[in-house]
Amino acid sequence: MAVEESYKKNNWFQQLKAGLDKSRTRVAGAITDTFSKRKLDQGALGELEAILIQGDLGVSMASKLSNFIGSMRFDTEVSDVEIRRILSEEIESILTPIARPIQLKPANCPHVILVCGVNGSGKTTTIGKLAFKWRTEGKAVALVAADTFRAAAVDQLEIWAERSGCSIISGKPGADPAGLVFNALEKTHADKTDILIVDTAGRLQNRKDLMDELEKIVRVIKKINPDAPHDTILVLDATIGQNTINQVEIFKEAVNISGLVLTKLDGSAKGGVVVALAEKFKLPVHAVGIGEGIEDLQPFHPRGFCQSLLGLDIGD
Amino acid sequence: MFQSLSSALEAISEKLEKRSAIKKADVDHEIEKIKTALLDADVAIQVVDSFAEKIKAGSIGQEVLRSVTPGQMIIKVVYDQLVELLGGEEKHELNFNAAPPVSIVLAGLQGSGKTTTAAKLANRITQLHKKKVLMASLDVYRPAAQQQLQQLGKKIDVNVLDPIFGEKPTAISSRAIKAGRIEGYDVVILDTAGRLHVDETLMTELQDVCHYVNPTETLLVVDSMTGQDAVNLASEFNDKIELSGIALTRVDGDARGGAALSMRAITGKPIKFLGVGESVGDLDTFDAKRVASSILGMGDIVGLVEKAETVVNQEEAEKTTKKLLKGQFTLDDMAKQLGQVKKMGNLEGLINMLPGAKKIKPKLLEANVNEQGIARQEAIIKSMTIAERRNPKILNGSRRRRIAKGSGTTVQDVNRLLKQYKQMLLMVKKAGKKGMKGLFDMTGMPPGELIPPRFN
Repeated sequence: MAVEESYKKNNWFQQLKAGLDKSRTRVAGAITDTFSKRKLDQGALGELEAILIQGDLGVSMASKLSNFIGSMRFDTEVSDVEIRRILSEEIESILTPIARPIQLKPANCPHVILVCGVNGSGKTTTIGKLAFKWRTEGKAVALVAADTFRAAAVDQLEIWAERSGCSIISGKPGADPAGLVFNALEKTHADKTDILIVDTAGRLQNRKDLMDELEKIVRVIKKINPDAPHDTILVLDATIGQNTINQVEIFKEAVNISGLVLTKLDGSAKGGVVVALAEKFKLPVHAVGIGEGIEDLQPFHPRGFCQSLLGLDIGD
Repeated sequence: MFQSLSSALEAISEKLEKRSAIKKADVDHEIEKIKTALLDADVAIQVVDSFAEKIKAGSIGQEVLRSVTPGQMIIKVVYDQLVELLGGEEKHELNFNAAPPVSIVLAGLQGSGKTTTAAKLANRITQLHKKKVLMASLDVYRPAAQQQLQQLGKKIDVNVLDPIFGEKPTAISSRAIKAGRIEGYDVVILDTAGRLHVDETLMTELQDVCHYVNPTETLLVVDSMTGQDAVNLASEFNDKIELSGIALTRVDGDARGGAALSMRAITGKPIKFLGVGESVGDLDTFDAKRVASSILGMGDIVGLVEKAETVVNQEEAEKTTKKLLKGQFTLDDMAKQLGQVKKMGNLEGLINMLPGAKKIKPKLLEANVNEQGIARQEAIIKSMTIAERRNPKILNGSRRRRIAKGSGTTVQDVNRLLKQYKQMLLMVKKAGKKGMKGLFDMTGMPPGELIPPRFN
C-alpha cells in the first residue's frame, strides 16, 4: 500500500515513540519496579494489573491480561523485560486484526466518509489531515461543513480545506445539516469527486435528539446512494477514559460505525482503552492523531503502539 | 459494563441481610467491588486506593438504619466520603478580589471546552455579577479559534479583543490587559490554546502568559470524561501555573466523571464550575453531591436513603416491626405507611432515584402508585370506623358503599384497597420468617402492591 510505504517504518516508530515517551517511561518504569524486586507472586500480579489500569485499559482488560501472565507458570524468577515482552505480544495479538487503514474504492464516486464523535474529540482536525493525505495522492477531495451549530466550525474547516487544497461545501449557520449533505452529494456526484468527507457537529452520545439528527444525515445520504456512507468513522480522544466504550456502543447502534480514529495520542495518555475496544467491538482503527500538524496522522501500528506502551526497544 | 457498583451493592445486600451493624470482614470482602466500580468511573488508581481505606474506616461499626439495607448503608458511607473529598458543601464563586481588570486565564488540553467555557463564564459574569467583561483569544494555533470566540462574544454581547494577525500569545495578553484597564473593564477573560501537559514549549508559553498577567483566577478546563491521565494532567498544569480552580465540562454526558475526584484529590484545588450543555447558559456552580452521585453511577440511591432517614421514625418503625413479626398488620398500620411514603415526597421522583428505575416505573404507574392513588387510599382507610380498621372481615356490601361515599371513591376502589391490604398481609407473614430484602425487592413486586418500607 502506497500509504503505508510513505510512512517509513522508522519514521512512524520514532514519532509514536516520542509521543508515547512519557507514558512509556511511566508504565515501563512501574513494571520494572514491580518485577525486578521479587518473584511473580499474587502481589506482583496485582501491581501489574494496577499498572495496566493506569494505562486506561480498564479493569476487566487489565485483570484479564494479568491473569494471563499469572497463568504462565514461570519456574524461576522472571525478568521485567520478559514480562513486558510477553505482555506486549499478547496486546499486539489483540490489536493486529483491527489495524486497517481506510480502503478507498475508486468505483465509489464519490467515496463518502461520514465523520462523527463527541465534542472536542478532534473530528475537524482529523478531516483536515485525511484530506491532505488524499490530496497528496492526487485524489479530488471535497469537504462538507455539516457542523452548522458550533461557532466558527465552518471557518475552521475552510482553513483546513485551503491548507489541503480541496473544495468545501458549506451552508448558513444553523442550517439543516442533512439538507446540506444532500446538496453536497448531488454536487459531488455530478463533478466526479473521488472522496467526500462529511464533518458533523460534536454530540454527546446520550443526547437522543442529536443522535437522531445524525441518523437522519445517514438516511438522507442513503436516499442518493444506498451504499453510502462507505465509511462511518468515529473519532475518539485518547485522553478519555472508560466512557469511550459507551461512545462506541451508542454511535455504533445509531449509525453503524465502520471504523475508528484515535486522536491526541501524543500526550501522556496511553490510549489503552483501544485494547478493550478491540476486544469488545473488533472495529478497525484506521489512524492515530499524534500532533496538530497537517501530517500528524499516521496509520495505527500495533507493534509500535504496544512496544512504546510497554517500554520495549523499538524494532525488537 | 458500568453497572458494577449496583451489582456490587446487591451482592453486599444479600450477604449482610440480617446484620444490624457493618462488620470489618464484610467490608474487607466487598471493598474490592467498590474499588472496581470507582476505577470503571475513571477515578485514578492512586486515589482509589487511599479512598478505599477511608471507606473501610468509615463503614465498620456503622449501625444499619431500619429503612435501608446494609449494602445501601455502605454506599451511603462511600457517598459521604466522596462528597467530603470533593469539597463537601463548599461553594466557590469567582474571585473578584483584585484591582480591576480582574484577569481570568483558562487553560487545558485541546478539545476540553475552553472557548465555550470562556463564553459561558463571560455570560455569567455580565448577567449575574453585572460586570463589564472583555474576552481575548490567545489561541493562535487552532484554525478559526479566534473567530469562534468572536462569534460567541457577539452572541452574548460581550466584547472580544480584535485579533492582530501574527501576534504572539504573550503580546495578545498584554494588549488585552491594557485594553481592559484603559477601557474600564472589570474582568478580562483570556482563552488560551489547547495544549498537552507534556508539550514543554507550549507549557512554557503558558507560564510566560501567566507570569505576565498574574491572573486572579487560573482555571483548568477539563473534560469530565478524562481517563486515568487526569492526575498527571492536573498536577502538571498546577505545577506550572498554580491553578486557582477547575472547570469540569461535559457533565451532561453519561460519563461517571471519576476524573473530578482524582484532580481534586491530587491538586487540592476546588472544582468551581460544571459545564452542563452546549448553550451559553449551561454553566453551573460546582455541586459535590451531584458529582458524587454520578461517580457512584447508580441512580440517586443516596438521596433515597437520606429521605428515608428524615422521614421514617425509628421507634414507630420498630413498633410496626414487632407487630409484623407476630403477623399483626392492620389497616391502621397501612395508613401510617402510606403517610410515610407520601412524606418522602414526589413519588415519581422517588422512583427515578432507584437503580433500574426505567424498568419498574411503568409497572408502578400502572399499579396506580402515584400521589393521587395514595391520597385516595388514605381517604378510604380514614372513612372506616375503628372497628372496621381492626377487623376488615366485617366489611360487608353496605359498609363498603358507605366508605366509598365517605371517601369520595367507588366501591371498586375500596375493594382494590382491601385486596392490596390482603396481599400485603400475606407478604408480611412470609417476610416475618425471612426478613424483607428492602427496597430492592420492589422490582419483583407484583402489580397492585404498595411500596412497603423495610421491616426486619
